[in-house]
Amino acid sequence: MLHIINKSPLTNGSLDCCLRVAESGAILLIEDAVYGATKGSAIEGKIRDAMGQFKIHVLLPDLEARGLADRIIEGVTTVDYGGFVELVAGNKNCQSWL
Amino acid sequence: MSDIKKFMFVNRKAPYGTIYALESLEVVLITAAFDQDVSLVFIDDGVYQLKKGQQTKGIETKNFSPTYRALDGYDVEKLYVEKESLEARGLSEEDLLVDVTVLGSKEMGELMDQQDVVLSF
Repeated sequence: MLHIINKSPLTNGSLDCCLRVAESGAILLIEDAVYGATKGSAIEGKIRDAMGQFKIHVLLPDLEARGLADRIIEGVTTVDYGGFVELVAGNKNCQSWL
Repeated sequence: MSDIKKFMFVNRKAPYGTIYALESLEVVLITAAFDQDVSLVFIDDGVYQLKKGQQTKGIETKNFSPTYRALDGYDVEKLYVEKESLEARGLSEEDLLVDVTVLGSKEMGELMDQQDVVLSF
């Protein structure tokens, strides 16, 4: 299953809720959620812990827009819009944690 | 002039994900045009508005971050960033695209108390 998060994990509980409830599969961070994929933030540890359970992806154009493409946490995979579509098509179902 | 008021704009949202950051900037420029005493504060995800190196071509959205550098041309020179918010995001003053004054939470609160008008975005 694919979990899509679009809110900043530093100011919103969507990622926390997803990590608490979701079983396994992939997580895609888009829009303001891409801040979660950056090194040095207070939630870096949470993301690193989640990597054991989920494959974590981040939408690169959203990271570039925010000036943070050069500090992605190791092990987080970047995708472009084509990769976004492939993730949606390649998973049985998906949940957008709005 | 006695009719100058102290306006503070409190920015707590990241850019692009919502329209708040851009709207705040618009209102700041309008206020500055009326010769008011304007302070900009960046707290929480608001500090991300000032991150260097924003490139928005990929999301087909206007990159408004250069506007922060033009603010001193409108006599908006008081930019304050909360230290705790920077640290929680792994950012330092060198990551920001304009010169700012970094304040701790308590000093930020004191500055807020001194204002006539506080607008929150």
